[in-house]
Amino acid sequence: MIFVPKQQLTEIREHGVRDYPYECCGLLLGSYTAEGKVVTETYPISNAREESAKRNRFLITPDELMRGERYAASRDLEVVGFYHSHPDSPAVPSNYDLEHAWPTYSYIIVSTREDEATDLFSWEQQEDRSRFNPEEIQCQ
Amino acid sequence: MPVTITIPAPLRQFAGGQSQIIVEANTAGEALNSLTTTHSALRRHLFNDQNVLRNFVNVYLNDEDIRHASGPDTPVKDGDTIMIVPSIAGGAVVESEVGQELPELSNEEIMRYSRHLIMPEVGMQGQRRMKAASVLMIGTGGLGAPVGMYLAAAGIGRIGIVDFDVVEESNLQRQIIHGTKDLGRRKIESARDRLRDINPHIEIETHESRLTSQNAMQLFQNYDVIVDGTDNFPTRYLVNDACVLSGKPNVYGSIFRFEGQASVFWAEKGACYRCLYPEPPPPGLVPSCAEGGVLGVLPGIVGAIQANETIKFILGGEDLLINRLLLFDAWAMKFREFKLRKDPKCPVCGENPTVTKLIDYEEFCGMAAHQAPQPDTKLEEISATELNARRLRGDTLQIIDVREPHEFEIARIPGTKLIPLGHVVGRMNEIDPEAETIVHCKGGVRSAKAIAALKRAGFQGRLVNLKGGITAWSEDVDPRVPKY
Repeated sequence: MIFVPKQQLTEIREHGVRDYPYECCGLLLGSYTAEGKVVTETYPISNAREESAKRNRFLITPDELMRGERYAASRDLEVVGFYHSHPDSPAVPSNYDLEHAWPTYSYIIVSTREDEATDLFSWEQQEDRSRFNPEEIQCQ
Repeated sequence: MPVTITIPAPLRQFAGGQSQIIVEANTAGEALNSLTTTHSALRRHLFNDQNVLRNFVNVYLNDEDIRHASGPDTPVKDGDTIMIVPSIAGGAVVESEVGQELPELSNEEIMRYSRHLIMPEVGMQGQRRMKAASVLMIGTGGLGAPVGMYLAAAGIGRIGIVDFDVVEESNLQRQIIHGTKDLGRRKIESARDRLRDINPHIEIETHESRLTSQNAMQLFQNYDVIVDGTDNFPTRYLVNDACVLSGKPNVYGSIFRFEGQASVFWAEKGACYRCLYPEPPPPGLVPSCAEGGVLGVLPGIVGAIQANETIKFILGGEDLLINRLLLFDAWAMKFREFKLRKDPKCPVCGENPTVTKLIDYEEFCGMAAHQAPQPDTKLEEISATELNARRLRGDTLQIIDVREPHEFEIARIPGTKLIPLGHVVGRMNEIDPEAETIVHCKGGVRSAKAIAALKRAGFQGRLVNLKGGITAWSEDVDPRVPKY
């Protein structure tokens, strides 16, 4: 379960549409609680991939992630997951996503078109790395 | 040298909840090994199956990426800090850089397969795997019909079909891949047209031949999965052995009356058909569907299960019907399941196999012996036309029909007496031993059995078998008698 305020969900969707036809990405900052992850802020990141591959890949470099972590720590938050967009594709993780993920983190995917963001789902990797499971988003 | 490793938040649950762990090591690689030996659950999240650090996992030694130093061999000093940081990658469309060169899907295909694509178990990757996959179906009959139609609809890229038969009226009650307009056509042609109509994006290869020990290995090698939709024991053993010898999974199904079976025989992972049934039943003991009948919808259910398992195999799904025999009773509407175990003594997939190449399966199943005349019990036979001629001549003959009453209701030869096979010995006194007796059934098999049983029971009269049964009567003498 991940708790995301309405404003942050809107930010993710807007970021996705803004970056269309490219993939957008960012960090989800918040805290791990007994009930689940609680998002309090999004942290948009520029897609680090070269122009030609931006449409179907995104990459947050470890440097950017560490910068994000430091920012989070300064506000007493942690990185609880990531979001990215799938332009013109379903909001489900690909096998490529599966290869490049860790459990516990939330991976929010938003499906985008030219002028709108459609589906938005959150996914969590199963502990044995075999698949992603849908994760319930509680909008606060 | 003691070094401190910082564990990222999502992985702490695999490290006993700790955020920092101190290990003894001389290099960065040793430090990670020590960490993942103590906390083994961490390992798979850091290393891939080849024991190489996953390409999105970055290891920082005092703020420097070890890839820019000497990698795992980078030496560490007392008091150094190691951080594990992921780089976050992902994306909607899989590129060739991912490794597997799977075919792309066109926009039409994406639209067609959208209900698959939105499930993470399939997704783009899975659908492309299906497009890259090839399946060989043995038979386009009751089981082959749903198997072929669902696999074609699912987008299996290449489907091979093997059959040598033509479409007959009595097929249409269950073989829904063929239609009334196809009567008399070759089954592979009729099936090919139907599959093309279902999905023009796939390739269909037709093999018009009987599957034999001579052609099986060569045929099988061009496909990923073999689906057995045969209705006889010699071919079933042939499919099994050829699958074991070529390392292919055999998606098995069989049907009779209201009962069906399904399993996945894949010797690499579990039992094969011979582990379950080392020897074929004696010929004639297990009746075929032509003799015993089959509920038309039954192959639909069993064949759909075969298609399901084939797709799961291609997608890399778990919980296949490996080492599991599924039994289905359509009349009771019950599924049951048996565990199977690989037999170490199995003659084909066991530890010391005796079958190392394909054999003569007709002989193995006793067909040759069965068909040869048996010296001690010579079976006297008469053809339908001869029988008719003798009746017209006015010979006194009594004709005993050993079929079941419900068959008698469908069609009968005039002037016959019905005594079903199961009662023929008990009601022997109803047959006049002084007169010549003609015994018939649907095709001539059960009547031969009845004659043998009567002789064993000591019946003294003359018994003659009607060759080809009532079917031959309908074909050669009286077409008004319906064939079934």
